[in-house]
Amino acid sequence: MLNKNIYLILIISFVFAISFWIGFNVNLLPAEASINAPIYDELFKILFITGLIIFIGMTIAVIYSLFKFRKRNDQIGDGIALEGNLSLEIVWTIIPSIIVLLIGLYSYNIYDRMGGMQELNHNHEMMSSNSEKIWAGISQTSDNAMAINNLSIEVSAMQFAFLFNYPKGNFISGELHVPVDQKVSMKMESKDVIHAFWVPEFRIKQDIIPGQPTILNFTPTKVGKYPIICAELCGPYHGGMRASIIVEEESDYNEWFNKNKKPEVNL
Amino acid sequence: MTISIDPQKTNNESLQPKGWLRYFSFSLDHKVIGIQYLVCGFLFYLIGGTLASAIRIELASPMSDFMPRDVYNQVLTLHGTIMIFLWIVPVVNGAFGNYLIPFYVGARDMAFPRLNAVAFWLIPPSGLMLVASYFVEGAAQAGWTAYPPLSITTPQSGQIIWILSVLLLGGSSIFGGINFIATIIKLRRPGLKLMQLPMYCWAMLGTSLLVVLSTPVLAGTLILLSFDIIANTGFFNPVLGGNVVVYQHLFWFYSHPAVYIMVLPAFGLVSEILPVHARKPLFGYTTMVFSIMGIVVLGLVVWAHHMFTSGTPPWMRLFFTIATAFIAVPTGIKFFNWVATLWGGKISINSAMLFSCGFIINFVFGGITGVALAQVPFDIHVHDTYFVVAHFHYIVYGGTVFIIFSSIYHWFPKVSGKMLNEKLGIIHFIITFIGFNLCFAPQHWLGLNGMPRRVAEYDPQFQFVNQISSLGALLMAISTIPFLVNVFLSVRNGKDAGDNPWNALTPEWLTSSPPPVENWEGEAPLVEEPYGYGKENS
Repeated sequence: MLNKNIYLILIISFVFAISFWIGFNVNLLPAEASINAPIYDELFKILFITGLIIFIGMTIAVIYSLFKFRKRNDQIGDGIALEGNLSLEIVWTIIPSIIVLLIGLYSYNIYDRMGGMQELNHNHEMMSSNSEKIWAGISQTSDNAMAINNLSIEVSAMQFAFLFNYPKGNFISGELHVPVDQKVSMKMESKDVIHAFWVPEFRIKQDIIPGQPTILNFTPTKVGKYPIICAELCGPYHGGMRASIIVEEESDYNEWFNKNKKPEVNL
Repeated sequence: MTISIDPQKTNNESLQPKGWLRYFSFSLDHKVIGIQYLVCGFLFYLIGGTLASAIRIELASPMSDFMPRDVYNQVLTLHGTIMIFLWIVPVVNGAFGNYLIPFYVGARDMAFPRLNAVAFWLIPPSGLMLVASYFVEGAAQAGWTAYPPLSITTPQSGQIIWILSVLLLGGSSIFGGINFIATIIKLRRPGLKLMQLPMYCWAMLGTSLLVVLSTPVLAGTLILLSFDIIANTGFFNPVLGGNVVVYQHLFWFYSHPAVYIMVLPAFGLVSEILPVHARKPLFGYTTMVFSIMGIVVLGLVVWAHHMFTSGTPPWMRLFFTIATAFIAVPTGIKFFNWVATLWGGKISINSAMLFSCGFIINFVFGGITGVALAQVPFDIHVHDTYFVVAHFHYIVYGGTVFIIFSSIYHWFPKVSGKMLNEKLGIIHFIITFIGFNLCFAPQHWLGLNGMPRRVAEYDPQFQFVNQISSLGALLMAISTIPFLVNVFLSVRNGKDAGDNPWNALTPEWLTSSPPPVENWEGEAPLVEEPYGYGKENS
C-alpha cells in the first residue's frame, strides 16, 4: 500500500515537473510588442501549464488503464462490480470547480490590467488622470472619446483594405505609423462588411463593424514593423486584406508625420 | 403486455419493400430509418471530406493558386455546413438515436413513426439542393455562420438556397427532437424507471431539449436574414439601419447549443461502449445523469463567448466567461467517470475501445483549449484564427467523429449479423488518430502566431507548418479506405456475429442480429441493470 502511494506521488510530481518545464521553456507565441503582450503571455503560461497537467495526467490514466487492466488471454468473466463512489464524485466536482473559479478570477484580473473593464464612454476622464491603464476593449463612442494627449487615429476598413486617417495632420495613410511607448486610440468603422483589426504581436483584436463604431486602444513598446491582419471573413480577398503597422522612435515618427501633413483647408 | 404504437403502421407492413430496397423506401421501421440516416450522413461526410481535402491542398502553399478565391469561400462554407448539418447532427442524433432509443425504452418503434420518416426524408433533398447550389450561381460564400452584411452582399441565389436548406435540416432536427422526447418519456416499457435507462437515453433527452428550445431561434433568424436578402428589409442590414451584432446573438443562441447537440449524444454512446468492453458497470450513473442536465442548462447561456471581439460590453464578456468555463465542471465529471469505468476492468483492446479511448484523449485536449478560449483576454488574441479551428475540430472530429466510428464497430454486429474485421479496424484507428493529430495540433501554433481562419493565402513563414497539417489531412483521407473495405468485405463475408457477440447487457443485444421488424419476437425484456457487469445474477 505504501509502495503504491509512493508510485502515485512520483507520477504526479513527474506530470507537474514536465508540465512546468514545457510551460517555461516552450515558447508558442510571437514577439511581444505592446504593453498588453507580456500580460497576455503571463495568462497564457498559467493556462498552458494547468492545461498540460490535466492533459498529461488524463492521458497517462487512460493509457495505464488500457495496459494494466487489459484482458489477458486466459481471463474470463467481468471486472469488479464497482458502480460509483460518492466521495470521489464530490472530489472531482469540487476540485475542477475551484480550478475553474480561480482561472476565471485570474483572467478577470488580467483583463482588468489590459484595460478591458474600463468604460470607454468615459475615457476622457481616464486620460486626464494620467493612469497607466491601456485598453483593448470597445464600447459605443462619444465625440469626446479622443483626448488631446493621445495619438488619435480614425480607421476605416473596406473590402479589402484598411485606411488610417490622422485627423491632426489632415491626411490618410495606408500604413499605420505610431511612435513607440505612446498610447494610441483608434476609432474604427467599416464601410461595407464586418472586418477585424488584429496585430498578433500586440495580442489585440477588435471587430470593425459597419454602422457601429468601435474603439481600440493600445501602447506599442517595441520598434519594428508588424502585420495588421483582417480576422473576419469579409469576401474573396479576405486572406489578402493586410496592412502594416510601423512602430518607430518619436523623432522618426515626427519626421514621417510632418512629411505627410497637409495644411487645413478653411472654407 | 405489448406496446402497440400505430395499428395503421402494422397494416402497411406487408406493402413495404423487403431486402435492401427497403432502405430506399418511406419505411416506418426505426431501424431502417436509423440506417438510412447513417448511410446518407456518411455519403455527405465523404463530400464534406473531399471539400476539406481541397482546402488543405489550397493551404499547402501560401499563395491562392489551387482554386479561385470565391470558390474557396464556397468550399469552406459548404464544408462547414455539410459536416455539421448533414453528417454529425443527423448521425449522432438521427442514426444512433433511431436505432437504439426504442430498444432502450423497450418499445417496438418510435412514438411517431411517420414523423420520423418525414424527418429523415427531408435530409437528402436539402443536402442535394445545398450541393447543387454550387452549379447555379455558386454556393453560399459567407461561411457557415452567414454573418451579415457579407451574406447580404454576396451572390444571392447561393445564400438563399443555403438558408432554405438549413431551414429544412433544422425542421428535420426539430421533428427528430420531439419524437425522441415523446419516445423516452411516454413509450417506456411498464416497470422501467427513468433512472434505469441506459445513459444514451439521458443524453438524447438532454440533446432533444436543446434541439427543441434553440433550433426555432435559428430558423427565425435565417428567415429574417432571407427577408433582408430578397425583400430588402433592414433587420441586419446596416445601410437600412439594421444591427449586425443582433444577428450574431441570435445565430449563436442556436449554434452554441448546436455544439452540445453534436457532443452530448457522443457522450451517451461512449457511456454504452466503455462498460461493455471493460466489463464493468458505468461508474457514477447518477452524477452522469446530472452532469448531462447541467451541460444542457449551462449550454443555453454561453452563446456570447463567440462574440468577445464583436460589440459586446464588458459585463457581458465577464458573465459569458464564467458561464462557459463552468461547463468544464460537468464535462470533467463525465471524463473522470469514464476513466474510473476503465479502472479495474477486464478491457478488450478492440477497435470500438480504441476509438473510444482516442475520443477521451482528443476531447480532453479540445476541452482544455476550450476553457482557455472562454477567458476573454485569451480569446481576444486567438479569436477567428486557426487556434479556434484546431479547437473545434478536436471537439467535433476528435470527439464526436471518433465516437461515430467507435459506435459503428460496436453495433455493426447487431445491425448486420456479421463481425467487422478487427485488424482492419485497428489499422483504421491508428491512421485516423495519427492523421487527425498531425492535421490539427499544429494549427494551434498557427493561430497563436498570426494565421487567421478562412483565408486562401497566408504569410509564407507558415508554409512548413501548414504542409504538416495538410499531410495529416491526407492521412485522414486515406484512413477511410480500410474502413470502407472492412464494411464491404464484412457485410458479404464477415464472421457470423450471433445475437450477442460482446456479452452486453443492454436490451438491443437481447434479440436476434439483425433484429426482427418489431424488435422482439415476444415481449420486450425488462432490463433493470443495463450495466450490471461483474454481478452474480448477470
